[in-house]
Amino acid sequence: MSAARIVRVAGALVEARPMEGALYELAYVGTRRLLGEIVRQVGDTATIQVYEETNGLALGEPVDTAGTSLTAHLGPGLLGAVLDGTGRPLARLAEAGGDFIGEGVSAPTLDPGRRWAFTPAVAAGTQVRGGDVLGTVEETEGLTHAILVPPRTCGTVTAIAAGEYSCEDTLGTLDDGTPLRLAHRWPIRVPRPIAARLATRRPFVTGQRVFDLLFPVAEGGACAVPGGFGTGKTIIEQSLARFADADIIVYVGCGERGNEMTDVLTEFPALVDPRTGRPVMDRSVLIVNTSNMPVAAREASIYLGVTVAEYYRDQGRRVALMIDSTSRWAEALREMGARLQEMPGEEGYPTYLASRLSLFFERAAVARAQGAPEREGAVTIIGAISPPGGDFSEPVTQASLRVTGAMWALDASLAQQRHYPAVDWDSSFSLYADQVSPWFAEHAGRDWEEIRHYLIALLQRERELRDIASLVGPDALEDEDRFVMNVAWIIRDVLLRQSAFHPHDARSSIAKTYAMASAAVLAARTGRDALARGIPAARLDLQGVRHALSVLRDAPDDEVEVQAGRAVAAATGIASGVAR
Amino acid sequence: MTTFQRTYRGAHAAAGPLLFLQHARRVALGERVVVRQEGQPDRRGQVIDAGEERTVIQLLDDPVGLAPHRVEVILTGEPVRTVVGRDLLGRAFSGHGAPVDGLPAPIGSTVRPVAGAPLNPVRRAKPSDFIETGVSAIDAMNTLVRGQKLPVFSGPGLPGLDLAARIVEGARAPHGEAFAVVFAAVGITARETQVFVDRIRASGAMARTVLYLNEASHPSVERLLAPRLALTAAEYLAFDAGMQVLVVVADMTHYCEALRELGTAREEVPGRRGYPGYMYTDLASLYERAGIVKGRPGSITLIPIVTMPDDDITHPIPDLTGYITEGQVVLSRELHRRGIDPPIDVLPSLSRLMNSGIGEKRTWRDHREWSDQLYASYARGREARSMAAIVGAGGLLPADRRALDFADAFEAAFIGQGTARRTIMETAEAGWRLLDALPREDLARLSDRAFQERQAARAAAPPEEPAP
Ligand SMILES: Nc1ncnc2c1ncn2[C@@H]1O[C@H](COP(=O)(O)OP(=O)(O)OP(=O)(O)O)[C@@H](O)[C@H]1O
Ligand SMILES: [Mg+2]
Repeated sequence: MSAARIVRVAGALVEARPMEGALYELAYVGTRRLLGEIVRQVGDTATIQVYEETNGLALGEPVDTAGTSLTAHLGPGLLGAVLDGTGRPLARLAEAGGDFIGEGVSAPTLDPGRRWAFTPAVAAGTQVRGGDVLGTVEETEGLTHAILVPPRTCGTVTAIAAGEYSCEDTLGTLDDGTPLRLAHRWPIRVPRPIAARLATRRPFVTGQRVFDLLFPVAEGGACAVPGGFGTGKTIIEQSLARFADADIIVYVGCGERGNEMTDVLTEFPALVDPRTGRPVMDRSVLIVNTSNMPVAAREASIYLGVTVAEYYRDQGRRVALMIDSTSRWAEALREMGARLQEMPGEEGYPTYLASRLSLFFERAAVARAQGAPEREGAVTIIGAISPPGGDFSEPVTQASLRVTGAMWALDASLAQQRHYPAVDWDSSFSLYADQVSPWFAEHAGRDWEEIRHYLIALLQRERELRDIASLVGPDALEDEDRFVMNVAWIIRDVLLRQSAFHPHDARSSIAKTYAMASAAVLAARTGRDALARGIPAARLDLQGVRHALSVLRDAPDDEVEVQAGRAVAAATGIASGVAR
Repeated sequence: MTTFQRTYRGAHAAAGPLLFLQHARRVALGERVVVRQEGQPDRRGQVIDAGEERTVIQLLDDPVGLAPHRVEVILTGEPVRTVVGRDLLGRAFSGHGAPVDGLPAPIGSTVRPVAGAPLNPVRRAKPSDFIETGVSAIDAMNTLVRGQKLPVFSGPGLPGLDLAARIVEGARAPHGEAFAVVFAAVGITARETQVFVDRIRASGAMARTVLYLNEASHPSVERLLAPRLALTAAEYLAFDAGMQVLVVVADMTHYCEALRELGTAREEVPGRRGYPGYMYTDLASLYERAGIVKGRPGSITLIPIVTMPDDDITHPIPDLTGYITEGQVVLSRELHRRGIDPPIDVLPSLSRLMNSGIGEKRTWRDHREWSDQLYASYARGREARSMAAIVGAGGLLPADRRALDFADAFEAAFIGQGTARRTIMETAEAGWRLLDALPREDLARLSDRAFQERQAARAAAPPEEPAP
């Protein structure tokens, strides 16, 4: 045991002396051995950010270094787990410490008591390198977990055997004596190595019409979702976690509400993933560090999240990482920076905010994994942002936008009109749209791109018209303009709105999205043609299309085709009273 | 805390609510401190920065008259705690927990640290039990559920506290059981406090109420303590004694100002508008104490009152509150001016837990779509109203004109219910009557089924005309 003692406790930070640690080295603080991380070392004094409640820590209590940095324990058993920001499973903490989180209770991320049936993929004598697949276990029903040689490790396998192992057991060895196990550790602040970054044309299909249609994100991309309180960020993150087309979901509740995690925990086990027929919980890892839990662990939580995501990517999985909310992480950084008396940058955030954010978002990628056999995987990051006062000019939003390829900007006035998802189509953007359009054309409908442009142009026109109408009154508009406004209203109200609570509307398959969009565009074109042919506006009736589109929207997947046909008929028929 | 009591003679410095000690040993963060000075009552304090060179103590009592060189500082070796128990019901305490009702200090069942501990998220139970408040704007469109934290965003001079009092008087839990009430007055005037307390008394709820009163004239440092005392008492009543507890804190704006005062005294780098950068975390440590715990019968429902400075909802206090709470009930100066009581603006108001609290078996099956329709028609009417202000009502489309009439009626008859309490079914009927005036094409949010059922019900029992 070292002679280091606590000489100061201020909030989440502790100073200890005499101590010679390394930056980001872990430390055990106080007689209860709270976990912390060295963030500054000056002379013989180390400053440690502590991941647990520091109330009650006293001057003179001992401090030890651990010799390692904060790592994630990566192996089978992560799926379905609920971890805090440092990787402690919350259910085990509750068993050990009761309903309220006490201090100094610890539990390993992966249950050492749980055993997995391991099937080797290599034999003794094989030369292996970091990333090679040693074998597999079935982690959840139908999901095979590849057991990897830890990165930066190589050698010849001298022994390996099938059998039932826990994550602590040795299932084989390398010639230099390195034991092989189901799980390995990786420092959360260091990106896991890959063989190559790849370009992709594949979209991250969200199941939300407004995103898939207007602001698609490419797989391996990153997207920022800024919005004031109550604009729908959490519902979006949760809807994506439920319905997005990804193999694995890592959901980080970073500094948000406890009850929201209760929602997830009650719904995910019961909700069936339409692609696999298995509970959504089986493909999810939840990392939860709510607003009232220690801020230092909140700061760590997003790194734990992205490390877990990269780990599954390295197995060849398409992983989606949801962060709710990046702002709370940035605030934790600010809180710690202020206590370290660092010179603050904009709005009190540390000057390294932007560089940390870039490093983080750059961990999103489509990648060829290291090792054999060849595998491709992806990490897509969707990060919610909570700008103070809903003002997007603030540092976290701005720094994120420089490194994300898309922004879904949520607008408070749309949310107030209960238009959800409250995506402002004027200020939102996606740099991935051109890249992924061919995929949609191939999988949804050939004129996908054309429909998309038509919709965008129509919405833009409508906004101009609305500005005019608010000055002269809608009565004073031209026929065609009023028609455009009416169609645009249907597009906004039926196509772009999507209820997260409707059993069949909550997720929109790309077939449904395409069918609704193309019928709406058809109606718009038919009506404009009719007007151009001199048919009076009063004869155009949009009620039928609106109704057909609503029915299509609320239809279960197996009725989409039939209802799509009706919507097309209704769209062609809007001027039928005159045309025939 | 592993240390025991130590006494230091003389402090190094005092500044505002802070007292500085030099070279104190074995000090623990959060440790309770007693500051003794001859001829003055003892003051309580708490260690907020423990350091070998310098230890900072935040005083929990008024510092006026404090002479650092003449004090005796007793470090107690234990955290700041308070007595909790059922025998607190019916009692009134100051903002630092001393009885102010002339009775002796309660014996209590146990003592608890006021800081509380974070509830493990996996141990939370999902709040889903409808609370009938009797206020249509809330019950219909911003439904409160047991275990929710739902603030009232008020403005200077708006009746935020009055609304809270109505909720306290009117609230009925699902099986009709009465709520225990814990009220923390934080920096509000003696008159406001009196009015509120009188209403609780008049409603017969006093015997199941605990009061913590820090009024405007009381020390501002106590404002940081009063809500924590209230929540600690509430946690016992809810999670140990199994009661349904309603906590009202008025006014969080004063709380945040006291927090800012403390931050300035500590010479911290200020965040937005001078409020500390950690205010979000600090507020969360209060608001997140609302909720329900799996396997325990009680609940804490929290209604903080927030006065929006200058009616500005983007001000850091309502803003950070809204980011933590599960919705908000927003009062409108305009409605208030027009005499609409309660002046709730339903458009910016929101209850995020509404969905789990309504519907079949809770309120009634079509509650959601009925509420969406009221909302949509009203929103359209409000838009039409602002357009009419520019282009005149004549420039509006017929549907907009109908929506405008709807909005007027909605504000007058539905929102502006006056002081009467409405059951949820009375609220439903009041809403339907307004919708009845609209043609089917204006009711896009209603399903055919819900619409037809309403028509059938009307045909079966034609409603009496509402009194003019
Ligand atoms: N797609 C949707 N369908 C229906 N309702 C929605 C949808 N999106 C949001 N809402 C409504 O808006 C409310 C607020 O949404 P949400 O909690 O996601 O906001 P938020 O942006 O995460 O807010 P905060 O920043 O305070 O956490 C929800 O409780 C729900 O009532
Ligand atoms: Mg949210």
